[in-house]
Amino acid sequence: MFAFVLRRLAVAIPTLLLLIVFSFVLMHLAPGGPFTGERALPPQVLANLEAQYGLNDPLWLQIWNYLVSVVVHFDFGPSFVYPDRTVNQLIANGFPVTLTYGGLSFLAAVIFGVSLGVVAAIWHNSWVDYLAVGISIGAQVLPNFVMAPLLVLVFTLWYRLLPGGGWSFSDPSFWVMPVIALATSYMASIARITRSSMLEVLGSNHIRTARAKGMPEHRVIIRHALKPAMLPVISYLGPVFVSMITGSVVIDIYFSTGGIGKAFVDSALNRDYAVMMGVTILVGALTILFNLLVDVLYAWIDPKIRY
Amino acid sequence: MTKLFATTALLTALALPAFAVQPAEGETLAETQTYTYWLLDAIKSLDPALNTDVEGSDVQRNLYEGLMIEDAQGAMIPGMALSHEVSEDGLTYTFTLRDANWSNGEPVTADDFVYAWQRVVTPETASEYAWYLELMNVANATAIVAGEMAPDQLGVAALDDKTLQVTLTTPTPYFIKTLSHTTTYPVPRAVVEEHGDAWTQPGNLVGNGAFTLASHNLGVEIVLQKNPEYWDAENVVMETVRGVTVNDNNVALTRYQAGELDRVQIPAGQYPRLSEQYPDQAISVPNGCSYAYVFNVGENGPEVLKDQRVREAMALSLNREIIVDQVLQGGQRPAYTWTHWAIEGFAAPEGGMEDMPMEDRLARATELLAEASYGPDNPVRLQLQYNTDDNHRLLAIAAQQFWRPLGIEIELNNVEWAVHTDRLQSGDFEVARYAWCADYNEATTFLDWFRTDGYNSGKWSNEEYDALLEEARTAEDTAPLYQRAEEILAEEVPAAFVYHYAKVDMINPAIKGLPTENLRNTWYGKDLYRTAE
Repeated sequence: MFAFVLRRLAVAIPTLLLLIVFSFVLMHLAPGGPFTGERALPPQVLANLEAQYGLNDPLWLQIWNYLVSVVVHFDFGPSFVYPDRTVNQLIANGFPVTLTYGGLSFLAAVIFGVSLGVVAAIWHNSWVDYLAVGISIGAQVLPNFVMAPLLVLVFTLWYRLLPGGGWSFSDPSFWVMPVIALATSYMASIARITRSSMLEVLGSNHIRTARAKGMPEHRVIIRHALKPAMLPVISYLGPVFVSMITGSVVIDIYFSTGGIGKAFVDSALNRDYAVMMGVTILVGALTILFNLLVDVLYAWIDPKIRY
Repeated sequence: MTKLFATTALLTALALPAFAVQPAEGETLAETQTYTYWLLDAIKSLDPALNTDVEGSDVQRNLYEGLMIEDAQGAMIPGMALSHEVSEDGLTYTFTLRDANWSNGEPVTADDFVYAWQRVVTPETASEYAWYLELMNVANATAIVAGEMAPDQLGVAALDDKTLQVTLTTPTPYFIKTLSHTTTYPVPRAVVEEHGDAWTQPGNLVGNGAFTLASHNLGVEIVLQKNPEYWDAENVVMETVRGVTVNDNNVALTRYQAGELDRVQIPAGQYPRLSEQYPDQAISVPNGCSYAYVFNVGENGPEVLKDQRVREAMALSLNREIIVDQVLQGGQRPAYTWTHWAIEGFAAPEGGMEDMPMEDRLARATELLAEASYGPDNPVRLQLQYNTDDNHRLLAIAAQQFWRPLGIEIELNNVEWAVHTDRLQSGDFEVARYAWCADYNEATTFLDWFRTDGYNSGKWSNEEYDALLEEARTAEDTAPLYQRAEEILAEEVPAAFVYHYAKVDMINPAIKGLPTENLRNTWYGKDLYRTAE
């Protein structure tokens, strides 16, 4: 197991390097640059800007300089579009925000999703099942870009209960709507996966054996059914967790959280190379890390899996 | 010429002191003086040298003060400069500065301006607006930007602590009007040198405006507090100005209605409904930008567009009234000139397309196309490129429908913003959507665009046009020259002008002092106050 983790980590480093190089090249291939705007800059002004940001170096040199700066100094450089800030600062500002609402959404989606799925599977084909399936389909078909403005309309304009957007770490009332809007559709998916996987497990031999030897039903479910039923859910949760904590552009836009999800999309559209690279590396590293974590969890849950 | 300059100088010297706007009689002030306005996006920079957008300018106008500020109509009134004199040849401006302090208590000196302007043109600053000092024709700006001369050679000098002298390369009739722009603001040398790039962050930033930076949560909100060190602080009523970012216009409107914002832009198409429901809040005022479809007549452009008759037919058959009244619906005006109708001192040429009924225009367009041997049987095929935006898409579809019956088949080509601008600049388009906003309130801010050496993405060129604008630099009466220039644009049709912008906003009626007649919608927090409801 330990060797497996080590091996995976050893592969992770070249993977990240490749990711950096590929993203860097792709980004520079896209037409336009950070300084193309409605008004063309005089060539001399553009030349000064490019010199200042090192954009006039050959591409391989730019990549090398970037790698050195990131690996050796952990410095992601200055933002092209927000010249008052460095990429490190932008990520340090935005990531805690998405980590907070994303992490809470993840918890909410897992707790409610798994509960809904389990309940629906246990009382299969009863009204409980129909209700649970109904809720999860409803949540699935209501995309967050519809849900978000609706929430603002109801809780901000009609009931005046919650602030319509913005962010504060000290005031949880700012967190409520982003968490609901982000968690809903994930909760629905988790509920559906849990339900079908649970149904399958409940029909399997070892459950029949457990029941036959007179084990109380709640123990059958918690000790013998839930664990194997979680396997497909967990493989779904790994990447979902990363995408949730690195933010959602929709949530960031509708609730103006200042999170990193919007920063990522904006940086691509604005050709803010530095910010885009910074967030790409962050998301890439987290994805590798959590995929590894999922594999480890797998082995822990399913004794049949050995690395 | 001498007379003109003498008068300008005299007028400025005699102008009443530019104190902040005061509450009218009978108005009761609200207890909390806070103004919260909407921002679509994060503020990119608070550094005057690095600012590139309107949102940044709105904040900086409150944090700093330039030589000139604008009144409610957009006319120049003294800011840091109490008065100025112009030399007879129109090349030297001497400003006398008022006694004023930075927010850290240090005095504002002529040297702060010298330092700030030199900083803008220094190549290492990498200012995207370095060209602005070239536009102002400040001596040596171009050579310094090109790295051919040291920044201290810039045509700006501090004769003493309170006297600033600016030297121009050529007489520039609009020079004074450029002085309320953020790029010309002074910056505190000691603070910039101490903190480097981080000097504009909360806690570091020092300004000479009516407000100071209290906090700045990027992409969430920016909060400004009244600056007790401001020279006119005793007349400033507003205590707090907040800019709140809401990335979605519709959500912003909901939050305005929930009382979270005092001002928000009205989303496209909602002005008619809102102005009926809330006549005292929904406001449409002219906004100094023009929208056009630019024809590429350059090397890379299609052959068919090099035929003036085709371009004219396209301009004629574009039904601007429908675009303005049925699509935009926000008090915009149909455009038949490139210069925005509300630009100071501008009068559109008489006659022309604007006075022709639509049937005549269509008949004429059909005739022109037939002359060029095009028509429904032998259609002109063109690509119309626009950047991703609902309004641009709607307008492009409308244009496609207006042109189709005449035998002009348009293929719509939607690209993202960066690709759009990149292709515009490299001349890789056929017809492209474009808009230009006034940098200052005078016609050349628009007309310069079509000069042979102007931005001019369509690569149109006309000697008489260039000569007219050159002549206007030193002419006493520029109006007829600008009129003639617009006539040339109407004859030659390098672009089909579509509409002149309006700014359509919901404004809380308790907020007073926001300008409604200033073409560039330049507002100052110092002029605002909140009345009790």
